[in-house]
Amino acid sequence: MTGVGTHDGALERLKRDGRIVVVGASLAGLRAAETMREKGFAGSLTMIGDEPYEPYDRPPLSKQVLLGHAVADRTALPRRRAIDADWHLGVPATGLDMAARRVRLGNGDEVEYDRLLIATGVRARPWPNEEEGALEGVFVLRTRDDAEGLQRALAAGPRRVLVIGAGFTGSEIASACRERGLDVTVAERGAAPLVGALGGVIGEVAAEMHREHGVDLRTGVMVTGLEGGPAGRVRAAHLSDGSTVEADVVVVSLGAQRNTEWLAGSGLGAGPRGIACDAGCRAFDIRGIVTDDIYVAGDVARSPHALFGYQFLSLEHWGNAVAQADTAAHNMLSESSDRRPHLWVPAFWSSQFGVNIKSVGVPPMGTEILFTQGSRAERRFAAVYGYQGRVIAAVTFDQCRWLQFYEQQIETTAPFPPPFSTVDRRPEGNKPVPADFPDPSVPTHGPTITLSGYSPADRKMTFTPARH
Amino acid sequence: MRLVVDLNRCQGYAQCAFLAPDVFAMHGEESLLYNPQAAAEQRQNVERAVAACPVGAILLELTDEDMAHLPAPDAVAGSGARPGGTR
Ligand SMILES: Cc1cc2nc3c(=O)[nH]c(=O)nc-3n(C[C@H](O)[C@H](O)[C@H](O)COP(=O)(O)OP(=O)(O)OC[C@H]3O[C@@H](n4cnc5c(N)ncnc54)[C@H](O)[C@@H]3O)c2cc1C
Ligand code: SF4
Repeated sequence: MTGVGTHDGALERLKRDGRIVVVGASLAGLRAAETMREKGFAGSLTMIGDEPYEPYDRPPLSKQVLLGHAVADRTALPRRRAIDADWHLGVPATGLDMAARRVRLGNGDEVEYDRLLIATGVRARPWPNEEEGALEGVFVLRTRDDAEGLQRALAAGPRRVLVIGAGFTGSEIASACRERGLDVTVAERGAAPLVGALGGVIGEVAAEMHREHGVDLRTGVMVTGLEGGPAGRVRAAHLSDGSTVEADVVVVSLGAQRNTEWLAGSGLGAGPRGIACDAGCRAFDIRGIVTDDIYVAGDVARSPHALFGYQFLSLEHWGNAVAQADTAAHNMLSESSDRRPHLWVPAFWSSQFGVNIKSVGVPPMGTEILFTQGSRAERRFAAVYGYQGRVIAAVTFDQCRWLQFYEQQIETTAPFPPPFSTVDRRPEGNKPVPADFPDPSVPTHGPTITLSGYSPADRKMTFTPARH
Repeated sequence: MRLVVDLNRCQGYAQCAFLAPDVFAMHGEESLLYNPQAAAEQRQNVERAVAACPVGAILLELTDEDMAHLPAPDAVAGSGARPGGTR
């Protein structure tokens, strides 16, 4: 079966009886597999996932599930079509042999491929102190099991919940706690919630929302340690300002780490910042040379985007996983002239404190921000981010109808500040202000878009060739 | 049945919440919350919601259990979403 390449007739052979392996059986992996079958791939398809469950949807885990409107083990993703795959669930991929085109599995099996799609996503960053992180009552939230455990702990009526990190997930958890009538403290290292994702101006709006809903929000502080009681249950947290918060549930919400360790030493351009790929989702090897048989999609990928100066973007966005999976699957089964670039305009939503927050574009690239529609005071507005005289992103709070318009503005590199005068009369006036993003070299909790430079193979990473 | 709503595409028009209130609910002014695995009895309502969503944001998969439940000859089965699930 080796020799299935891009020569005459080879693509037809690949489609007829080639072998495609997908590592990571979640949103991106499933949607890619469906697209492959839709495109007429009739060969063997192998899905490898280390979670023991069929693909499920994660966004409800911090929303519906914590609010009790849905159950954690009933969020399986609907299928667009049957994919007729050979599933290996509950089994991690542990290694990749690029020369032999082989994936090694944790149970000792090996699977050969003609095309490989890597969609191993990210995992929750654990609490840095392992012993403290293992205390009963300490949670992270990434998986179905995490959500089930956390929901059970919330249902038991804790006296106080402490959420560490006020990114989107942390804020959604705090919001759900308040809705359940639970006391909650949020500790955030940055100046406000969501600063890493949306900047300080919007962060201030988010902070008001927390406080108005009765969250005990502490910003500019770090949690320095967790303290357990005699039964191994968490009892309190110590903060860098010297204060102590007594809590019997602690949710660590410090962002994500990319699942790339299994590729160490394989020669693929994979590291802590993800797997670099070209605009067509083909992975780079460690030398910065693009592979032709290994593709990446979803949260684990970092890919250059033409609309954003070919910056490499890592997007922890649901919509990106779906769109990139579709493009990767298409390109895996296409001649090079028929391949498509992944040109999806980043888009994200979050639901917290009863407010629908949505964004398009890349807010962290923005240096300035201007409220363009609605009212900041009423927390119903659209705001636009500018970068070097053009519109680079927009965010809405309960004003999502404007987003499509701004998406077009971003795609057409429309000027900033916008020349149109559709703005309502607002006291804050019509002048852009600094968007106030924290220094990018200081990591914040879960920015969800990471700009990761131009170099496909991060030169700071060490690579030990297998055969030297 | 299993469902997922592409909330990037959803415009919060609330047609789904009107047609299948046991499955879809507005939370605040424009946030939509839904049950990703609704009961078979909800089939007809959910199929109406899928058909009525003006932006085709709801992807629905009927399972065997749903098929065994009452037939809904007038409803549009399957997905309102375009392949790829993007805009
Ligand atoms: C609580 C929560 C709320 C969210 N809310 C939103 C939201 O409101 N809006 C939004 O746009 N996005 C949201 N997201 C993000 C969204 O869910 C992700 O962008 C999406 O899941 C990415 O899909 P993926 O398939 O790329 O990666 P993942 O879903 O992370 O899947 C990767 C899979 O690969 C598996 N895996 C890892 N390593 C291996 C290995 N070596 N071998 C085999 N399998 C492996 C993992 O266990 C996992 O199952 C949320 C995420 C979470 C956790
Ligand atoms: S009908 Fe469609 S657009 Fe309207 S709220 Fe429901 S899913 Fe969203």
